[in-house]
Amino acid sequence: MNVQASNAIEIRGAVKRFGPITAVDGLDLQVPPGICLGLLGPNGAGKSTTMRLLTGQAIADAGDLRVLGYELPGQSKVARSKMGVVPQLDNLDVDVTVEDNLAVYARLYRVRDVPAAVERCLEISRLATRRGDAVDKLSGGMRRRLLLARGLVHEPQLLLLDEPTVGLDPQIRTELWSLIDGLRAGGKTILMSTHYIEEAERLADEVAMMHHGKVIARAKPSELIAEHVGSQTAEVYGPPDRLAEVRAVAESEGLRVRPAGPAVAIMGAERSRNGTIPDDAVRRAATLEDVFVLLTGEEAE
Amino acid sequence: MSAEVGTRRLEPAAIAGVMSREVANFRTYWRGTAFSSILEPIVYLLAFGLGLGATLVKGVDGLSYVEFVATGMVATAVIFSSALPAMFGTFVKERFQNTYDAVLAAPVDVEELVTAEILWIGIRAGFFGCFPLIIGIAFGLDPQWGMLLVPIFAFVTALGWAAFGVSIAASVAKIDQFNYVTTLVITPLFLVAGTFFPIDQLPEGLQVAANFNPLYQLVELVRGAAFGFETVDILRFASLVVFSLALWRIAVSRMTKRLID
Repeated sequence: MNVQASNAIEIRGAVKRFGPITAVDGLDLQVPPGICLGLLGPNGAGKSTTMRLLTGQAIADAGDLRVLGYELPGQSKVARSKMGVVPQLDNLDVDVTVEDNLAVYARLYRVRDVPAAVERCLEISRLATRRGDAVDKLSGGMRRRLLLARGLVHEPQLLLLDEPTVGLDPQIRTELWSLIDGLRAGGKTILMSTHYIEEAERLADEVAMMHHGKVIARAKPSELIAEHVGSQTAEVYGPPDRLAEVRAVAESEGLRVRPAGPAVAIMGAERSRNGTIPDDAVRRAATLEDVFVLLTGEEAE
Repeated sequence: MSAEVGTRRLEPAAIAGVMSREVANFRTYWRGTAFSSILEPIVYLLAFGLGLGATLVKGVDGLSYVEFVATGMVATAVIFSSALPAMFGTFVKERFQNTYDAVLAAPVDVEELVTAEILWIGIRAGFFGCFPLIIGIAFGLDPQWGMLLVPIFAFVTALGWAAFGVSIAASVAKIDQFNYVTTLVITPLFLVAGTFFPIDQLPEGLQVAANFNPLYQLVELVRGAAFGFETVDILRFASLVVFSLALWRIAVSRMTKRLID
């Protein structure tokens, strides 16, 4: 039975091992209704495994998981009927028409009025004029919009987006973002895994950073930035010897420093004393990328 | 709005939903399947029935060679339109198209998914499996009322072979491993099913073994339908039901291992 839950997703102490690898390691994650939570982490952080745990395609070795009040994996089927999933990989039926792709999933989700659901999704995906075309005739952007609309065919209470724009070109990505933003603004509860900083920054009300199978930080993007890296970052460019010297000086003053491609980025630059940061440093507002790299030690995408 | 989804097993709505996906896809390629299902028995009947039958084999067990081959070929059509599509189709959907990830994200469990896939292939193979008989009638086989049962025999047998194909697809790591299965399992079973020659031509050991071959039981049932049933045919049909039920459970188990981490 559905116990009216305060959180759309409630994960406590979830562990998932694949042989010697622990993909999810004591994960605690709560997603309240009506927000978009960005699950941000480098490849291998455990984001996709978390998604598979939530859809019942992976069974946790330990921990408690509830989705919309339904306990997993026992009540996973009921939970899945109320959540939509947009996968990382395009798994549309490519020879089948746009309309039939939607109709099939409307039936799988036991939608009562299949034609009405199909019309609604055609409108969401802006593909009404291509309804009779086979999917392999669509552009990459259209296919992605269709994939998103398919996940909404049964008007789910909760939407799981697994790396929704991975591998897409910037134009299609922006198109998808505006669609997702529309859903967020409409009050849909969304859990979105991503390893794109900008995606999390733009779309997520809150960001949970995952690393080595657990959440290592969680807050609104602005709060994460303020808490971990302050308000200003200074980037210093130069030969390796100079960068090493700049780094040593900044760290001796208690500032946090990270490599940033051909530069070093000194975080919390607003707190530096005169002379700590060279005059030729490029000062900019601190970003979520600074937090990501600082906390995970991985280069951001 | 969606209908409420329960937690009970084998929900008809879930099975129908998965089958509707298969039907939507089948509409895009049915012509090729129908073409080969019609042409293949014609080629076999021309080559074996008329060619071999007219020159070397005058008759088998009181039947003309065309009658013997046309009834036997139902089993050939069934295995090739069930085991092979199940093997390749399942593997491709699982490994390359990620179709099952999408289906299992919906309120469908592995048991429902596998059941729907097997049922769909069974229906298709049950239908196309009758084509050799229809072609055989065009080549001179006498139509009999009992032949109306052949789609049922073909369907039940195809369920088992489809489940076999799904089980194999869920057990191999690479698609080229199917070659071992076709060479070591499917081809020998197809050859010792009594399709092209009676099994009493085989060494005694193989004759006994042939009785455990579901294809042989199907061939005998189809010949019973065409030329008169015997009491033992009830046992033959029961053995096909048991074969299909057993393979269905194995397929569900193998696919669960494959799809659920």
